[in-house]
Amino acid sequence: MANVDFAYDKRPILSGINLRIPRGKLVAIMGGSGCGKTTLLRLIGGQLKPTAGTLSVAGHDMAALSRRDMYALRRRVGMLFQFGALFTDLNVFDNVAFPLREHTDLPPDMIRDLVLMKLHAVGLRGAHGLMPAELSGGMARRVALARAVALDPMLVMYDEPFAGLDPISLAVVGQLIRRLNDALGASSIMVTHDVQESLDIVDYLYFLSDGRVVAEGTPDEIRASSDPFVHQFVNADIDGPLPFHYPAGDYRQSLMERPA
Amino acid sequence: MIAQVLRSMGARAVDGIWRLGFISRFFVALLMRSGTSFTRFSLTIREVFSTGVLSLIIITVSGFFVGLVLGLQGYETLQRYGSSEALGILVALSLVRELGPVVAGLLFASRAGSALTAEIGLMKTTEQLKAMDMMAVDPIARVVAPRFWGGVISMPLLAALFSTMGVFGAWFIGVVFIGVDDGAFWSQMQASVDFRYDIVNGIIKSVVFGFAVSLIAVFEGYDSAPTAEGVSRAITRTVVNSALTILALDFVLTSFMFRGIG
Repeated sequence: MANVDFAYDKRPILSGINLRIPRGKLVAIMGGSGCGKTTLLRLIGGQLKPTAGTLSVAGHDMAALSRRDMYALRRRVGMLFQFGALFTDLNVFDNVAFPLREHTDLPPDMIRDLVLMKLHAVGLRGAHGLMPAELSGGMARRVALARAVALDPMLVMYDEPFAGLDPISLAVVGQLIRRLNDALGASSIMVTHDVQESLDIVDYLYFLSDGRVVAEGTPDEIRASSDPFVHQFVNADIDGPLPFHYPAGDYRQSLMERPA
Repeated sequence: MIAQVLRSMGARAVDGIWRLGFISRFFVALLMRSGTSFTRFSLTIREVFSTGVLSLIIITVSGFFVGLVLGLQGYETLQRYGSSEALGILVALSLVRELGPVVAGLLFASRAGSALTAEIGLMKTTEQLKAMDMMAVDPIARVVAPRFWGGVISMPLLAALFSTMGVFGAWFIGVVFIGVDDGAFWSQMQASVDFRYDIVNGIIKSVVFGFAVSLIAVFEGYDSAPTAEGVSRAITRTVVNSALTILALDFVLTSFMFRGIG
């Protein structure tokens, strides 16, 4: 991404973003809620178009791709949504088989073997007959992960993969992301605000604030950073460059005001 | 005050025209991406089951009761003029021309249309449509179009079943309970119901209603705000707009179809 800007109507969300995701690396994009992290993923996935700048995936300029070419590229991209986005009318097996059935002419036996292999990789081969409503949050996330890598993608995007997980599920999902990235030789982009888990598994981190990249580095560089924003984020300080209070007028005056 | 009312009415009119534009563009997109619904017909058949087969009970029971009431009311009026044998004609023409397509359409909108809107709206809310799009699977082709065509196929069949059950209900109350002559009931119906003008026109109406209700249902689901309240509002809009559209289209179609028929 080079100098990428994005705005909803006239409200700027991202400005002057420069990012590079090298092949085979796991990169985290971190920042507070509403700083534009998910928008960034949607830009990379081609669901949104930048208002300025250049965004290329595997050498393709995303803004110039036709719908057909965009779909051809997306077959090589996997995405894990925040709450899994499993198809609720399909069981676990059919969810993972979905991209294989839609995009390949493989015989049913081979699809079955591939699905069981993907499910085995996330530890849920035994749950292949369950419906999404019967899964815990962590299990649903793992099934969605198996589905995201069903076609052995070159790029995998993770949108808040740790949100709402208990500590054990969180560690399991974190390790799975790292292992799958290395096994597939894929590039991975993980949008998250879980600092400690990310520092343990990623190769590189970018910090976003107010739609801009404010810091970047390897996990060791981030741990040693004296940047006030990074320090606040890593140590979970309540106040700092990221203010605790949403912008508002004078507190005393607000309390004295009475509705007409 | 008056300016405010006028402004509000103007805003509603502009919004209505915008939505009409959206639904027209949506319909064109849906038609252009309908290939999958026919090349993988099993997807459409599944939706025929959801919208059609699962609506069988409400259509069957409602048709039977409407027939019972028509039989009672029709007999009451006809016997005053000494022509109670014409009950079969009255019931059959009422059902085949009007009540079958219209009431079945209204029931279809509230049973199957609302379910279609809710299903697509919830898929949108839970990001399933976005996930499909990110998997390079077009959600309009894969999710919306089969549901639309499933509804279009189901609606005329349900209307026909409704009319059949209505005739049976009227026969049951008129012939079995009241004692209208069985032979007169059926023979007068057979002699007076015209295949071209009555039955075909009724089928045309039910096909048109099937297109209208299915389009409104899938559009409202696809266009719903991705929240619980948004889906709830979309379901309400489906039922209300479908009912109004059916009644308006019924008037237009009837005025074209039956002019000059004495």
